[in-house]
This record gives sequence, structure tokens and C-alpha cells, in this order.
Amino acid sequence: MVLTEVIRLLSAEVICGHDKINLQVESACAGDLLSDLLTFSHNKTLLLTGLTNPQVIRTAEIIDLAAIIFVRGKRPNGETLQLAQEKQIPLLVTQLPLYECSGILYSAGLREDTSKETREEAKES
Amino acid sequence: MKNGTNPEADRDQKICLSFNVEGGNFLSAGEASIRLKHTLQHIGYPASLIRRVAVAAYEAEMNIIIHADSGVLKAEVTPEAVTIWAEDKGPGIEDIGLAMQEGYSTAPNYIREMGFGAGMGLPNIKRCADIFEIETHVGIGTKIRIVIFNKQKTN
Repeated sequence: MVLTEVIRLLSAEVICGHDKINLQVESACAGDLLSDLLTFSHNKTLLLTGLTNPQVIRTAEIIDLAAIIFVRGKRPNGETLQLAQEKQIPLLVTQLPLYECSGILYSAGLREDTSKETREEAKES
Repeated sequence: MKNGTNPEADRDQKICLSFNVEGGNFLSAGEASIRLKHTLQHIGYPASLIRRVAVAAYEAEMNIIIHADSGVLKAEVTPEAVTIWAEDKGPGIEDIGLAMQEGYSTAPNYIREMGFGAGMGLPNIKRCADIFEIETHVGIGTKIRIVIFNKQKTN
């Protein structure tokens, strides 16, 4: 799914990475516990979260998250935004709650772990 | 190795990295692990291995920042494996068995509000590691050794 489609489905606002809205996302994960996210995230993954601190951006960099969507209209502070700009990670804000966002994207075909790369990784190991 | 790295040149390749990690300094939390990750990307390690190293190092680095006074994150990178040592001066772990249980955490509330303290740190490290060793002394500190083998190299 292209990020522009995600933006349309969630009526999201792009607050960082306007030049990256055409990137392809292949899976998604949702949650507010970063260690949990580190266990099941895969490449080209979209993160939906209510956390807005800079650690979200660091976590995104560690596991190569494609983009981050802040739910329930939450907006990151200047520090988080600056770090995302440096790391060139797209940030989106939607007014919808986490559960609803997850349902909409899942129904539209964006699942947790369907990426081609993940399947290839599994074959390698 | 992937990405066209010359195996002949790899034979003598050994990179050692060392980072001081300050307890309570959340501003730079993750920087050491990200630099280790970039080093591995630069020398062409497989992406799946880099992910495991990055997650293990990041959890170990965060553990020092969350729980300890100070510490060091060290890494030795060879074509065969990545070894990470995380050594801290801090409270130590009273019950390692409990600390290894998924969901068990002693992190205070303000840490949980940041998204950490889910009780997944040590279990995550163990899951990513081929070898995981931990030595802890209450009131002194904790030492962790993680080895992740580059299986694509040896196969």
C-alpha cells in the first residue's frame, strides 16, 4: 500500500517527510510499548502509536520503520520532530483512535507481516 | 557476504567499537546502537543479522540508561560474528529468573510513559542472540555478553 492511500484512509496530516508520501508500506504494527514493537516489526512497516517522544524515532531508526502515524490527534514535540527530520522518517497525524486506525488499514489489506522481505528472511534462516 | 564485500578482505577484518552510556540520559538514548548498526550496514552485513544486532544492542543500551548510573556498550565485529558487551555500574538485578520473564519490569512509571519498561528488554535480547550471558551483582552492576553469528558467512 502506498503511503498516500494510508493518508487518505485515515484522513491524516503529514507533518514531516512530505517528499516521501509515495513510498510503499508492506506491513503495519500498532502499540505504545516500544519493546513490544521491537519484537514483531518488519521492514517497510508502518507504526501506529500514541507515543510522541523522541524514543519513538530512535526505535524507528533501529528497526527501519517506514513511517509513523500518531493517533488521537497527538502531536510530537519539537525535539521529536527535529529528530524525524534528521532521520528523514515521515510523520503523520490522524484524529482517529488507534483501534479504529488499525481496523481501517487491516480491512484495506495492510496486515502485520506480509512483506516479501520478511518471507525471504525466513527462507534464509 | 552480501552487497559485494570481498571475502578475502574480510578475513582480517575486525572492528572494535566502544561507547560510554550515561544513566538517565534519554536525550542520546539509542545513539550507540544506531552507530553500531550503521557500521554493520557500511561493511555489508546481511539485513536480517543487522536487525538482530540493532535490537539487542538497543535494548542493552536502554537498560543501562533506565536502570544504571553509567555503563559502557562495546562491540567487536568480525566477518563471523558480532559480539556485544554491555557493562554497567548500577543496582544489579536481584532476581535474574524474574527479569528474564516476559512482562516483568522494575522500571518506574515515568519510564513506562516513554514506552519502555514493558518487561521485554532482557527477553528481547535473548531472542536476538545466539549466545547470551549475564552476570549481575546487587549494588555493583550488571554485565551482559551477546554473540550473534553471521550464519550466511559460515554456511
